[in-house]
Amino acid sequence: MRAAENYLPGFADPVHDAQQTFRAVLEAMSRPGTTYEVAPAVQETLRAPGPLGAAAGAVILTLCDEQTPVWLDDQLRETGTVESWLRFHTGARIVEDPAEAMFVVVADPAHAPDLNALACGTDEEPHISATVVIDTPALDTPALDMPPADPAATFRIAGPGIKGQATLTIAGLGAGFLDQWQVNHSRFPRGVDLILTDHTSVRALPRTTELTALEGRAH
Amino acid sequence: MAEPRIVYNEGYLDEQTKRVVRRALLKGVAVPGFQVPFASREVPMPRGWGTGGVQVTAAVIGPEDTLKVIDQGADDTTNAVSIRQFFEKVVNVHTTTHTEAATIIQTRHRIPETPLAEGQIMVYQVPIPEPLRFLEPRETETRRLHALEEYGLMYVKLYEDIARYGHFVTTYDYPVMVNGRYVTAPSPIPSFDNPKMHQSPALQLFGAGREKRIYAIPPYTDVESLGFEDYPFEPQRFEQPCQICGAEDVYLDEVVMDDAGAVMYVCSDTDYCQKTAEAAAAAGQEIPV
Repeated sequence: MRAAENYLPGFADPVHDAQQTFRAVLEAMSRPGTTYEVAPAVQETLRAPGPLGAAAGAVILTLCDEQTPVWLDDQLRETGTVESWLRFHTGARIVEDPAEAMFVVVADPAHAPDLNALACGTDEEPHISATVVIDTPALDTPALDMPPADPAATFRIAGPGIKGQATLTIAGLGAGFLDQWQVNHSRFPRGVDLILTDHTSVRALPRTTELTALEGRAH
Repeated sequence: MAEPRIVYNEGYLDEQTKRVVRRALLKGVAVPGFQVPFASREVPMPRGWGTGGVQVTAAVIGPEDTLKVIDQGADDTTNAVSIRQFFEKVVNVHTTTHTEAATIIQTRHRIPETPLAEGQIMVYQVPIPEPLRFLEPRETETRRLHALEEYGLMYVKLYEDIARYGHFVTTYDYPVMVNGRYVTAPSPIPSFDNPKMHQSPALQLFGAGREKRIYAIPPYTDVESLGFEDYPFEPQRFEQPCQICGAEDVYLDEVVMDDAGAVMYVCSDTDYCQKTAEAAAAAGQEIPV
């Protein structure tokens, strides 16, 4: 199976699928916390090698190439198929040290690398910073006045792209995430940006988004 | 029709270039108002004719989109028509002149009068992306000034305007502060349009092809035109209504009518003017001229 999986195809219609996926990511980055579906054609045709989700695979095919070093977490590296698939379709270099990567891809959010150990750019060049793609199931984000399904993973979010205030639920994150994010947010303009992928959708958290724990949560 | 001899990639640009532009756009959105350098490519028009806007649009657009292109508010000028035809040809995209029907609006120096909506993308063609350029010519220095959030020069310039003339003399490309951090050039839109950028529901993308910079303002972001407590920013105002459609509170162009110097003031936004004139005609109103 392994040999066959190495040759799993990329986008069925590379130009158009990349454009559609990019639009979903661009909209997601512009409206933090809002879920955008990956185009149905991409969902139907793209077979990313497990454990990489289809949406995460689509995001990587859209944005990565030989100019963007990529770091994969242990779960993704275990099989070897993700690495060879990614190398074949994008030409991206796989790096050992997450701090060297422009794209950090995480299939196991509980063991994601410390956000503040990644490339965050400089005050003069804040754009030379990592984009972290995290595969995590998109839970329904409750309205502000409704009790969240998972209070520990639900945050109040505010900042550019968000009209007033909203809430965002990110499942499966490690305990230190909120603290890491608050440091990441506070060192603006430096910082990393997150793209949260589900099998069929993307959400994003740019460094400008302020996260706070929901009230009443022991922290 | 005969098959064209050359078949262009959808959006004209090659895929690698699109990825470069796309990555720059995402970082631009993540750091609102910061100018992201990018490898500006050649497109089939001269630098200075909107090549930055064209590259941004090309990286974003797909055949499902509806594109509107304006040049100083007008849909029917050479630059607007040729860019619209370019994208019809290379993306097979629908085009429109109606602001509310467009998903992407590429613009040279105006924001439409019709309020923008969520889901729309504004693409600005930018000649000089660096608001500090005429105050500090060295790129190395302006970068450092942005890094240090050191905008004293800009305030001195505005202060000198007031000391010398009693009011701000900048009427276009009036500098804005984006999300309370970066002083940004709104491209040379008239200061009349500046308030429309504040908390806009639309995503605003800026492309400077010759200067090789991309920047962005996400929706619902604070965009404050610079000013002082005692001399706050004031956008331009017009005393009279449009002489074609009668609309008030719109940006007007001066049109010279004869050799004697007679002038007429009409809407710069042709789509808005047409719509207002049609609505007035349907209601049986006379336009007061």
